[in-house]
Amino acid sequence: MYNSPYLRQNTSVRRVMTTVLVAMLPAIAVQSWLFGAALLVQIALASATALACEALMLALRGRPVAPALTDMSALVTAWLIAVCLPPLLPWWTTVLGTAFALIIGKHLYGGLGQNPFNPAMLAYALLIVSFPALMSQWPGLNVGDFATQMDWVFGGARALDGVTGATPMDALRTGLMTGSDTAAVMRSTAFGHVAGAGWEWVALAWGAGGLLLLALRIITWHVPVAFLAVMSLVSGIASLIDAAHYAGPALHLLAGGTMMGAFFIATDPVSGATTPRGKLIFAAGIALIAWLIRAFGAYPDGIAFAVLLMNICVPLIDMKTQPPVFGHKNGGAP
Amino acid sequence: MNAEERAIYGDIGRKGLWENNTALVQLLGLCPLLAVSTSFVNAVSLSLATVLVMAMSSGAVAALRTLIPHEIRIPVFVLIIAALVTCLDLAFNAWLHDLYLVLGIFIPLIVTNCIVLARVEAFAAKNSPLAAAWDGAAMGVGLLWVLALLGSARELIGAGTLFSGIDMIVPGAHAIQVFGDEYRGLLIAILPPGAFIFLGLLIAARNAWVARVQARAAAPHTPVEAASA
Repeated sequence: MYNSPYLRQNTSVRRVMTTVLVAMLPAIAVQSWLFGAALLVQIALASATALACEALMLALRGRPVAPALTDMSALVTAWLIAVCLPPLLPWWTTVLGTAFALIIGKHLYGGLGQNPFNPAMLAYALLIVSFPALMSQWPGLNVGDFATQMDWVFGGARALDGVTGATPMDALRTGLMTGSDTAAVMRSTAFGHVAGAGWEWVALAWGAGGLLLLALRIITWHVPVAFLAVMSLVSGIASLIDAAHYAGPALHLLAGGTMMGAFFIATDPVSGATTPRGKLIFAAGIALIAWLIRAFGAYPDGIAFAVLLMNICVPLIDMKTQPPVFGHKNGGAP
Repeated sequence: MNAEERAIYGDIGRKGLWENNTALVQLLGLCPLLAVSTSFVNAVSLSLATVLVMAMSSGAVAALRTLIPHEIRIPVFVLIIAALVTCLDLAFNAWLHDLYLVLGIFIPLIVTNCIVLARVEAFAAKNSPLAAAWDGAAMGVGLLWVLALLGSARELIGAGTLFSGIDMIVPGAHAIQVFGDEYRGLLIAILPPGAFIFLGLLIAARNAWVARVQARAAAPHTPVEAASA
């Protein structure tokens, strides 16, 4: 005699996490093709650090090490951290951020499934708050050969301002602060067709990976749709009001961390909202806060801070958006 | 002082320094705790001021406890504390002026520190002046060592130095560059999130220690211990 459900999917943490890793491959491939293979080295660094920290913390907590090490969740965190960071960052910065994410962001809260904050975004926030200068050194297209890039990562040699290019978001912020308008900034060399030379292709690759996750039902449509819709809406309205000072939806969708955030960060099943209506509110809040930080804040991109701020709201959102129990009205209240 | 009194005073001291530690157990007065623990010198000087205020206000309230009407005791306590803090504020301004500029609003804010009022209300209003002053001092020193630890950890990791600003108290003294001039500092340790993270780690360390001691006390005696006992 079996209990229902009779039809069940063979899902496991390992299968979900492996699928997420596969879905990240297009964006990783495009970014390393356009900006150099240093990204792959950073991914390796972050992965090694994450696995070491995971094993260390599991051993300290007296938990079985092997099952949690092979469930791929630490690797997903590590890869997400590595792709958020400038690839030419000194190696110790990546190691520090990853260790912080795994030890303080994940295991001190109780490990997989218990963390209230997205560990990858915690690592990014820690590093951009602590090392704003290092974190703004993004490479331009085809900067340095592989050996030169490795010298920057491991040798302690510092990339010069001339070779590191600003990301679209950085260029827009600096341009606006020095008095030019959005149209003039976007005609400059840092920008390609829509949103920064090369970066628009990376963003599209993130979108493609995200669609794969959607097709495989790893994520639901709520978060990406609400995220991208609200981001387009607020940036569209602002640019209609004052196009000289607020960039339009095309830039906001394809520059910075929008695509990656919408499909890979805000969809985190642990630190994000879990109810369908809650997911809509959660993602809309992230998009709104991220746009506010981009338009008015001190940092060029605000996805990480927006995610962390909305992570705090998740318990409240989930509590207020519980779907009604079958056969009841008003969420099952008597 | 007979043995019984000694036991009572020892108990008050132990509670202030460890068992009911204001920063690690009661979690009172977190505002100054988090705000001034950016460096060792700031942390220790503000908590020394707090120790003084706590000892004096507890002693003063205990001496006056039979005269203070029960219904308006809180305003009277606050007046006494505020008067003492004002004296201290003026003293800082006169003799440690550089430090006074650094600590700024946090010296007057000792008045509103809930630890001070909490000890006055919970202990000093019911006990003899000597015991009350001792309790205030012990609670203050309990805050002091946590703040000193927090301040040095944040300063060390955030800026790579120890005792920076010591020349404001001891003229001619210098801060120690622990990690050398190359160290750029992990800025987050100096910023408010660093205070929360380090305090959380300290509380976790204390809880782990207490749990270990309790587990050892609950465990049956091993033959070796039994033989030595």
